[in-house]
Amino acid sequence: MSNIKPETGAFFQRDRQWHPPAYAPDYKTSVVRSPQRALLSFDNTLSEITGPVFGHSILGELDNDLIHNFAKPGESAIGQRIIVHGRVIDERGKGVAGALLEFWQANAGGRYRHKREGYVAALDPNFGGCGRTITDDEGYYRFRTVKPGAYPWPNGVNDWRPAHIHFSVFGHGFAQRLITQMYFEGDPMIWNCPIVRSIPDKAAIEQLVAGLDMNNTIPMDARAYKFDIVLRGRRSTLFENRMEGN
Amino acid sequence: MVQQLGFLKETPSQTAGPYVHIGCTPNFSGIAGVYESDLGIAMVNDKTLGERITIRGRVFDGTGTPLRDALLEIWQADSNGLYNSPSELRGAADPNFTGWGRCPTDMETGEFVFETIRPGQVPYKDGRLMAPHVTVWIVARGINIGLQTRIYFDDQKAANDQDPILMRIEHKNRVNTLIAKRDGSAYLFDIHLQGDKETIFFDV
Ligand SMILES: [Fe+3]
Repeated sequence: MSNIKPETGAFFQRDRQWHPPAYAPDYKTSVVRSPQRALLSFDNTLSEITGPVFGHSILGELDNDLIHNFAKPGESAIGQRIIVHGRVIDERGKGVAGALLEFWQANAGGRYRHKREGYVAALDPNFGGCGRTITDDEGYYRFRTVKPGAYPWPNGVNDWRPAHIHFSVFGHGFAQRLITQMYFEGDPMIWNCPIVRSIPDKAAIEQLVAGLDMNNTIPMDARAYKFDIVLRGRRSTLFENRMEGN
Repeated sequence: MVQQLGFLKETPSQTAGPYVHIGCTPNFSGIAGVYESDLGIAMVNDKTLGERITIRGRVFDGTGTPLRDALLEIWQADSNGLYNSPSELRGAADPNFTGWGRCPTDMETGEFVFETIRPGQVPYKDGRLMAPHVTVWIVARGINIGLQTRIYFDDQKAANDQDPILMRIEHKNRVNTLIAKRDGSAYLFDIHLQGDKETIFFDV
């Protein structure tokens, strides 16, 4: 991070038509958890332009390896071994260096390691389901895991989540804060899911579908999926209003 | 034809879901041994400058039920009004204050608690000072895109009355949804996702 000049501009207005609306009644939990009044809109202040950044020193050696970071020594998680990799960029196409990514997922059978989880699929004693990494100077990241299974959830009588990995992303400003989910190319379950379908635009949904990337597989070991993440872009500060007295 | 502007679209948000704690606070969720400790659980240490304060509250849904599966993050300036961020060009913030905290709501009571310091004042873009405030970001199952709001403080009335953001709120009877109330040694800040007491959320 040290060789990157910090930027201080306000972020582009968020296109809220591109994101899912708060109220999406087919996703039932959203009905009583969605604000109903108009949001208060204003241009970023320093409170949104700034944000926490995290150094590589917070990372442990296995943080980006879900196959091994919870497993007993010499053992590994069960499932299809995959590499997930990509680049965090902003709406201008600039790489976002030093972005903290945290990810979590069900195991290969679709079961989460969580006390509230009731799916009958078996826990894998060697799979915790969480990992994290920080992008390099150009915004690239990668981690290793097993492909998560689809799982049923109480919404409709017979709703199933497509296989997915949850991502939490920090950019350089708190206004870039984002949580999303990555889906897998070719999964027919994507198009039935009420959570996916809370996103109105098909092109926006496709932005969440990682492509199978056979060029970055490790032969005889793991296949790869490529998932790029776009955060809000920043305005140039050249012609911003000057503070009084400056 | 004109030249294409070439901007990309922001990756769409999806709900954090019921198991956000696995990814963001694994130790809290019972997954021990992957990370030494959960990020954001301590904002201050014994060298942090400024007045220690506690902010606690709950997040209520439209039926008045507290969310027991939410995750809150806060972001605030240090006691001198400086942010601990590379984008802070006005000076160096207190190195003993991260400015960022993360707290899952209690799985039984729904309560969140932040041990922090009273933030200093930060200038608005025209140079006027904003009242001391803390930015809040809320995610949970059923929340499709993180909700952002601010915590102001009820004992900062003069500053609140001059705050450029609070002043632009048309419905003055809703301003108090952004103001934490002194409650013993802590500030109480309940968040209402819907209903008569719906908190003002931001598009910023
Ligand atoms: Fe999930």
